[in-house]
Amino acid sequence: MAIRFDAVIVGGGPAGLSAALVLAQAGVKVAVIERGDYAGAKNMFGGVIYHEPTDWVVPGFASEAPLERRIGHHEYWFLDERSALKIAYEDAAWREKPNAWSVMRAKFDAWFAGKVEKAGAQVITQTTVVDLLRDGRTIRGVVTSRPEGEVEAPLVLIAQGVNALLVEKAGLGRDWRADEVVLGVKEVIQLPKGAIEERFGLTEGEGTAVEMLGGEATAGLMGSAFLYTNSDTVSIGTAVLLSHLREQGENPNRLLERIKAHPSVAPLLKGGEMREYSAHLIPEGGYRAMPRLYGNGVLVAGDSAAMVNAVTMEGTDLAMVSGKLAGETMLEALEKGDFTERTLSRYRDRLEDSFVFRDLKQFSRVGTFFADNRQYFDFYPRLANGVARQLFTVDLRPKAEHVRGLLDQIRGRRSLWRIGMDLVRGWRALA
Amino acid sequence: MHAVVCIKQVPDTTEVRIDPKTGTLDRRGVPNIVNPEDLHALEAALEFRDRFGGRVTVLTMGPNFAASALRECLALGADEGVLLTDRRFAAADTFATTYALWSAIQKIEKERGPVDVVLTGRYALDGDTGQVGPGLARRLRVPLLSYVTAIEEVDFEAKRIVVQRHIEGAVVTLESRLPAVLTCSADLNQVRYASLPALLAAQQAQVTAWSVDDVGADPEQCGLKGSPTIVSKSFVPEPRTDTCRLFEGEPAEAAASLVDFLIAEHRIPGFEPVGAKEA
Repeated sequence: MAIRFDAVIVGGGPAGLSAALVLAQAGVKVAVIERGDYAGAKNMFGGVIYHEPTDWVVPGFASEAPLERRIGHHEYWFLDERSALKIAYEDAAWREKPNAWSVMRAKFDAWFAGKVEKAGAQVITQTTVVDLLRDGRTIRGVVTSRPEGEVEAPLVLIAQGVNALLVEKAGLGRDWRADEVVLGVKEVIQLPKGAIEERFGLTEGEGTAVEMLGGEATAGLMGSAFLYTNSDTVSIGTAVLLSHLREQGENPNRLLERIKAHPSVAPLLKGGEMREYSAHLIPEGGYRAMPRLYGNGVLVAGDSAAMVNAVTMEGTDLAMVSGKLAGETMLEALEKGDFTERTLSRYRDRLEDSFVFRDLKQFSRVGTFFADNRQYFDFYPRLANGVARQLFTVDLRPKAEHVRGLLDQIRGRRSLWRIGMDLVRGWRALA
Repeated sequence: MHAVVCIKQVPDTTEVRIDPKTGTLDRRGVPNIVNPEDLHALEAALEFRDRFGGRVTVLTMGPNFAASALRECLALGADEGVLLTDRRFAAADTFATTYALWSAIQKIEKERGPVDVVLTGRYALDGDTGQVGPGLARRLRVPLLSYVTAIEEVDFEAKRIVVQRHIEGAVVTLESRLPAVLTCSADLNQVRYASLPALLAAQQAQVTAWSVDDVGADPEQCGLKGSPTIVSKSFVPEPRTDTCRLFEGEPAEAAASLVDFLIAEHRIPGFEPVGAKEA
């Protein structure tokens, strides 16, 4: 006898669980199929989630979810060999109205899955979806790795993360190209109690999120390094475009070791003990890399749909919002009893109306632009450091010589005309 | 055939760390699993049932959330999961645990029919004592077959079993009468993969919960009260520093130097230094 559900969600991450929550709360018979031992088990994310989008999906999450620290500072560091130009923003208003939280998604997703289960969804773990059940061009269920593992459902949501094999099997898209994915490597380093507050200038429970750009962070390749504070650990890592790593023969572990040894970073990690090491792909191809988002009986959300904003480093919130919108569309389809593209296309309409699509569209040219213009990841961070160095260094030379020194640094490497053009083009790519 | 499998829910020790200050396990965020070798004991019982028919009852003692461990066993095919849960069972050492499990097996025999074999894992990942299986055999007054790595023959009609036991440096083949207690090693078999319908059914399944009174146990012999073991101290060994000496050179030469060093330094009786060849 075949197992039947009204909806099957492939993947117990934020996208899948957000959709499941909507459906379960409406009393829909929904199953979430997760390949890990538990939801979050396969996740390496230790980073920042944003308060408002998360609260929109799970109202009141902040009082019950396992959160690490409330992010009170956001910083950008531009690294040169032995220096760093830092831009920091801190906001006391975030104390009353939180903006972002650091979380360990292994814990967060497990909590979220528990919540979804309580709402009435069936969460099936240690089970891999290996194929789809089809009727011509209509998807009507999934095939799992277990014996007698077929599950029939008029609606299937593919939310299986970056390695979205089912997207191809559903005929909705192709595998990523190497210039559409970023390889992230990360270490979680445990620090002595009180060290995080002391070293980062934080009050208890407050955290910081640092993004690092520049040749010293990524060897001049497109990408960035990051450092986030958790309760008693810090997450430090790099995320670099896969095609650049390949072209350059660069090893991401080496990059990470270099960042950890940078004089602006090393003292922050001193005496720390490595707890976890992990690596994962991030689909940063954006709007242009997106698969088709729906078909008959099937939808795609989260990383599987390339819903990552590489410019603002958002992914989890886009996954949750897209999951919720997919869930709402699935609910509508169940109410109408129509599981064809006609009703499911409403998912795309909902996304178009949301910040998810607006942002991804706006930044749709950014990826290729910056991938082809590596000066933004090498020359400019160094230049910025050079300017700051001349500005802050006081010696016996007149200031005019400092300026001349700076111009000498630029001369022969990049003309002022090209710098001007880079500024204009860089701005255009982003705006 | 009626098999009772005793299992334990343990923290996944691959993810546990020890708090160096308190010397206790830091279980925060560590998932609970069925003790891996207990699953091999269950698999052995399920294979008996596949061949001879009958019934497999899984038994555990623990807090309410240990029901999830029983559900995992139900998904694999066990007929019933019995959870001994009662505050008075808490903080039991292996002696009190054995008493509680034995009390429950008495009740299982009375209400579900005679038990032909009791199976369990060699030892639990967390406590590492390996005492409960032998203790059960003693209380049940049946033979103990520990460290079982293979079951060669079994005949529930004739009430006999032939098993291989792995002991240090040897494999022993033993014939025993049944009922008996078997403590099973991971080499015994490969644990099956639950079918999806069984997994779903198990998630909704109820387990049988029994208290101290339900199994007619003496509260004085249960839990902390019934536990003679006292943990006087637990500690994390201090990391030691020692000197490391590297014997370099051609392999034969380095080996000779090493042998000379060991003989000289440790005065191994009956050996004289061979004398490393001059380089």
